[in-house]
Amino acid sequence: MTTALAKQETAAAAPVAPQASSPYAARIDHVSKSFGRPGPGQQLVLDDVSIDVAPGEFVTLLGASGCGKSTLLNLVAGLDEPSAGAIDVPGGRPALMFQEHALFPWLTAGKNIELALKLRGVAKADRRPEAERLLELVRLKGAYGKRVHELSGGMRQRVALARALAQDSQLLLMDEPFAALDAITRDVLHEELTRIWSQTSVSVLFVTHNVREAVRLAQRVVLLSSRPGRIAREWQIGLPQPRRIEDAAVAELSVEITEQLRGEIRRHGQH
Amino acid sequence: MASTDTTRATGDTEPTGPGGGTEAADGTGTATVAAGTVSTATRKAGADGPAESLAGLEAGLDALDSAPARERVGLGRILLAKVVPPLVAIALVVTVWQLAAASDLKPDYVLPGPLDVADSVRTMWLEGTLLDYIWTSISRGALGFVVSVAIGTPLGLLVARVKVVRAAIGPILSGLQSLPSVAWVPAAIIWFGLTDATIYAVVLLGAVPSIANGLVSGVDQIPPLHLRAGRTLGARGFNSVRHVLLPAALPGYLAGLKQGWAFSWRSLMAAELIASSPDLGTGLGQLMENFRVNSDMSGVLATIILILIVGIGIDLLFFSPLERRVLRSRGLLVRS
Ligand SMILES: Nc1ncnc2c1ncn2[C@@H]1O[C@H](COP(=O)(O)OP(=O)(O)OP(=O)(O)O)[C@@H](O)[C@H]1O
Ligand SMILES: [Mg+2]
Repeated sequence: MTTALAKQETAAAAPVAPQASSPYAARIDHVSKSFGRPGPGQQLVLDDVSIDVAPGEFVTLLGASGCGKSTLLNLVAGLDEPSAGAIDVPGGRPALMFQEHALFPWLTAGKNIELALKLRGVAKADRRPEAERLLELVRLKGAYGKRVHELSGGMRQRVALARALAQDSQLLLMDEPFAALDAITRDVLHEELTRIWSQTSVSVLFVTHNVREAVRLAQRVVLLSSRPGRIAREWQIGLPQPRRIEDAAVAELSVEITEQLRGEIRRHGQH
Repeated sequence: MASTDTTRATGDTEPTGPGGGTEAADGTGTATVAAGTVSTATRKAGADGPAESLAGLEAGLDALDSAPARERVGLGRILLAKVVPPLVAIALVVTVWQLAAASDLKPDYVLPGPLDVADSVRTMWLEGTLLDYIWTSISRGALGFVVSVAIGTPLGLLVARVKVVRAAIGPILSGLQSLPSVAWVPAAIIWFGLTDATIYAVVLLGAVPSIANGLVSGVDQIPPLHLRAGRTLGARGFNSVRHVLLPAALPGYLAGLKQGWAFSWRSLMAAELIASSPDLGTGLGQLMENFRVNSDMSGVLATIILILIVGIGIDLLFFSPLERRVLRSRGLLVRS
């Protein structure tokens, strides 16, 4: 498959799976990560974390601030090396959407996307139409020629999403991408993300510390404990999409998970 | 695999969404779509169809997002704000100067008035030599500057990106910036004699360090996030320099270029002033030296003013607009 949209067209008919050869889109295998020089000052941030993301699966990673979620995503994205354990992403370089939009201010929204296409090796003539289709996918048709600073925060996040999709990776890593947005805009982007995910074969590993957001989006929620980050618990979310963040079932599960999260944080207060 | 995409064309369309505003009406036409496709069991009763309500929401959000058209600033106001004040300042200086000269504080050959100076400019103009002098200097300055850019840019990149190189020559490079380039003139004359090579050597030694340093500080100021974003997009090696590093460092690099031009021009004048010989073409520096030999004070003052005008003019015509354009296109410059 060559483009995100090609996937979109075929996904509904037959779940073509180039990753069928591999049972996972990402394997985080007993990964530990410490910062600092070995010795008393060394900080163990992740301790023996193992997560498999199945092809096409949507996993959210939940945890308190500072528990190592970003660190883990950076490891999966290949921006950093684990201290122990291994990370395998069989589908090639994953796309990473940072907490800040991380768009290049010297390019227009459209050119930001085209750069991703170019670096992926898309032929010059195909880049512009592809960029415009991706912008349409995030419902930003008119934004092609806009500079980054001319866009609102929500629009920037959508362009960043389009740029991440332009990489056409089998794995999409998202680091609290919607944390800075107002509730209504976030709802809209949740809807769009669910739609895009359901129309393509992409797997998503989505970091958040918002429990409701995690339940709203995911098929599986993984709770990380803090200091060091370990997997505390997992939930399979059986609720059908599309969900709404205010759905009663989402709220119910969120209460349960929040209780666990509170427990994790409280545990730290005791020693 | 995704299995949920069938439920998106959906049921009841009560426009209950908050903030949808005026466009809520467009959802009501589709109420005939079979509501049974949605598995309502797991969803709150009465929740509106996400597709319609969200389309309305997004239209509302987009309308809020798009900035109102910026009003155009009239040409008259720009003139009033940007051009009139410096003109007034210049007029004031000239007036004070004229008064001082007219009051005969000093004899005319020490302090000629603005009219005398204007007169010597006019004489040179009528002789047809003025533009030659200016052109000789500008072409030297421009050539020296272009060569400095060609040397300073790769040098700056090396210092910025290669640790060993930075450790080795980084401090020397920034130290060189504080060395007045006129200090190179005697050495250059001994090396190259009274030739063009001397002049260009001095210009290069003045301009290359400031261009390289500008690029180094431009690269140092790149937010790490941009570099990481470039890496996740797959920019490596040359691609990373071409598509991420250089554009991200452009504001600092331009500031370096601007300063590099100032240094080129300054060094050139120092070199021309000292290394003046009949074999070399006459630039503004040599012109001034000739006036000094003839004790022609109004000629000397006229040359100083010409040097100033060329230096400022190139900056105003070329570097400032370029810098403003780059900064504005990145939203780094607020229109006051
Ligand atoms: N480069 C680094 N050097 C030293 N310590 C680091 C580094 N990066 C992260 N840490 C530490 O690792 C821990 C986890 O950081 P991380 O950014 O992964 O947290 P997080 O779970 O993403 O938090 P948040 O939800 O606030 O974004 C923190 O205690 C932080 O101080
Ligand atoms: Mg983080």
